[in-house]
Amino acid sequence: MIETQGLTKTFKSGVEAVKGVDITVEPGQIVGFLGPNGAGKSTTMRMLTTLLAPTSGSAKVAGRDLLADPAGVRRRIGYVSQSGGVNLAAPPAGDLVLQAMLYGMDRGRARERVAEVLALLELTGMEHLPGGALSGGQRRRFDLAFGLLHRPPLLFLDEPTTGLDPQSRAHLWDHIRALRADHGMTVFLTTHYLDEADALCDRLLIIDGGRIVAEGSPAELKAGGRTLDDVFLDITGRSLREEVPA
Amino acid sequence: MIGSAARDTWLLFRHGLAVTLQQKFGLVFGAIQPMVFLVLFGPIFATIGTWETLVPGLIVQLGLVSTGMAGFGVVFERRFGVLERLRVTPASRLALLLGRVLNNVVALVVQTVVLVAVGYAFGLRAPAAGLLAGLALVVVLGASLASLSYAVALTIDENLFAPVMSTIVMPLALLSGSFLPMSMAPGWLDVLSRISPFRYVLEALRELFAGHYATGTVGLGVAVTAALAVVSVAVGTRVFSRENA
Ligand SMILES: Nc1ncnc2c1ncn2[C@@H]1O[C@H](COP(=O)(O)OP(=O)(O)OP(=O)(O)O)[C@@H](O)[C@H]1O
Ligand SMILES: [Mg+2]
Repeated sequence: MIETQGLTKTFKSGVEAVKGVDITVEPGQIVGFLGPNGAGKSTTMRMLTTLLAPTSGSAKVAGRDLLADPAGVRRRIGYVSQSGGVNLAAPPAGDLVLQAMLYGMDRGRARERVAEVLALLELTGMEHLPGGALSGGQRRRFDLAFGLLHRPPLLFLDEPTTGLDPQSRAHLWDHIRALRADHGMTVFLTTHYLDEADALCDRLLIIDGGRIVAEGSPAELKAGGRTLDDVFLDITGRSLREEVPA
Repeated sequence: MIGSAARDTWLLFRHGLAVTLQQKFGLVFGAIQPMVFLVLFGPIFATIGTWETLVPGLIVQLGLVSTGMAGFGVVFERRFGVLERLRVTPASRLALLLGRVLNNVVALVVQTVVLVAVGYAFGLRAPAAGLLAGLALVVVLGASLASLSYAVALTIDENLFAPVMSTIVMPLALLSGSFLPMSMAPGWLDVLSRISPFRYVLEALRELFAGHYATGTVGLGVAVTAALAVVSVAVGTRVFSRENA
């Protein structure tokens, strides 16, 4: 579903955010992409979702070549960004229908599909509130709704549960599991909650300093009876990230 | 390919129009804006010039100060992540620009019609053909100004957009000869104003309002307006497809 070779991103500022990443994700898997702040998770995702041009390397995403056929990739993926995409100045209702229609649905079908997704995420009725009047958890579910409208076979979620209360997090996990179970959807997600990664993901990739430093199933990574937290800290070290560069 | 770009443009245009029409205060201010100079400056100008000279000038000035600020809206869309969400959809990048631009063009055309109608009450007289041709020129001018505005808004720091644009727009209006024709300017200022494309647009507009169609001035104005539109839309589309936009 995802296959990258030597994916690299060097920003104009000179920051080498991603340094030659090779990733393979099989269809139907829920894969967790873990790593400390600034490790390059979002940058990698933004490349795989056609938002950022890689500096070098290549990738196949949802069966399409990322560089040769970005439009083909866009048709087959959903993406929920780390900071979300709900317009705070307007109710999401109109934006949802527009978004569905941009994926080719006619107005009637788009309205139906929006109603379906809102019911699925228990948001029915809230779509007429201005984005700014929604709680953080509600807004996050609307973000997910935007990503699900066109039933993408591959879904990218960048920290979908950050800022949610434990109930909302557990709910979102259920939704994600159901999407995989009912539609065979492949999910590629980042999270800082290692318990969540442990419970939800079939496979984990750990990135640090722009390089993949470990991968395997949660069970494989925890071999020897350690917790995922211990493994994570052992692999990525204990020093704080995102310090101001000297 | 072209069919889907046209459909996407139409969808984004309709969506933007619906949003515009919901903003009642925005509509009121949009209607008042064109009349300010006409009512408070026009009667003074009319003592030395004609309404047929002034109104085209005010149209260009209006385009610059109202359509030129179009990019302000997209600053918020980017901040809220809306733009990025749209850029992950298969929507054509040209449509992401044109859907918005079309809205701004419609707004400018409506404002221009208000301006001309009120101008008529004050004494403006222009042939229907000249008005229609002028309106066509305004459509193309509006598309250029909106595209350029979006390009600037998505390129510079978002906090700089309002101060930078409001500073640029006034000199451009003055240099185009919006308030007083450049024929009255001293040599150096006249030369300076020839660098601005808006001078040629405006001179063509004045000729059209005067009922002169097949003149060199009109030809030059049309050519400059068309060239400006092609460049602006190309630049705008590039900015909408580019990373970080
Ligand atoms: N647009 C940009 N321009 C310059 N540098 C950037 C840009 N975006 C990200 N970076 C830098 O690239 C590195 C990786 O950032 P990225 O956002 O991918 O990290 P992350 O793993 O998602 O972190 P977090 O867990 O905090 O979200 C960081 O050093 C960041 O400062
Ligand atoms: Mg991130």
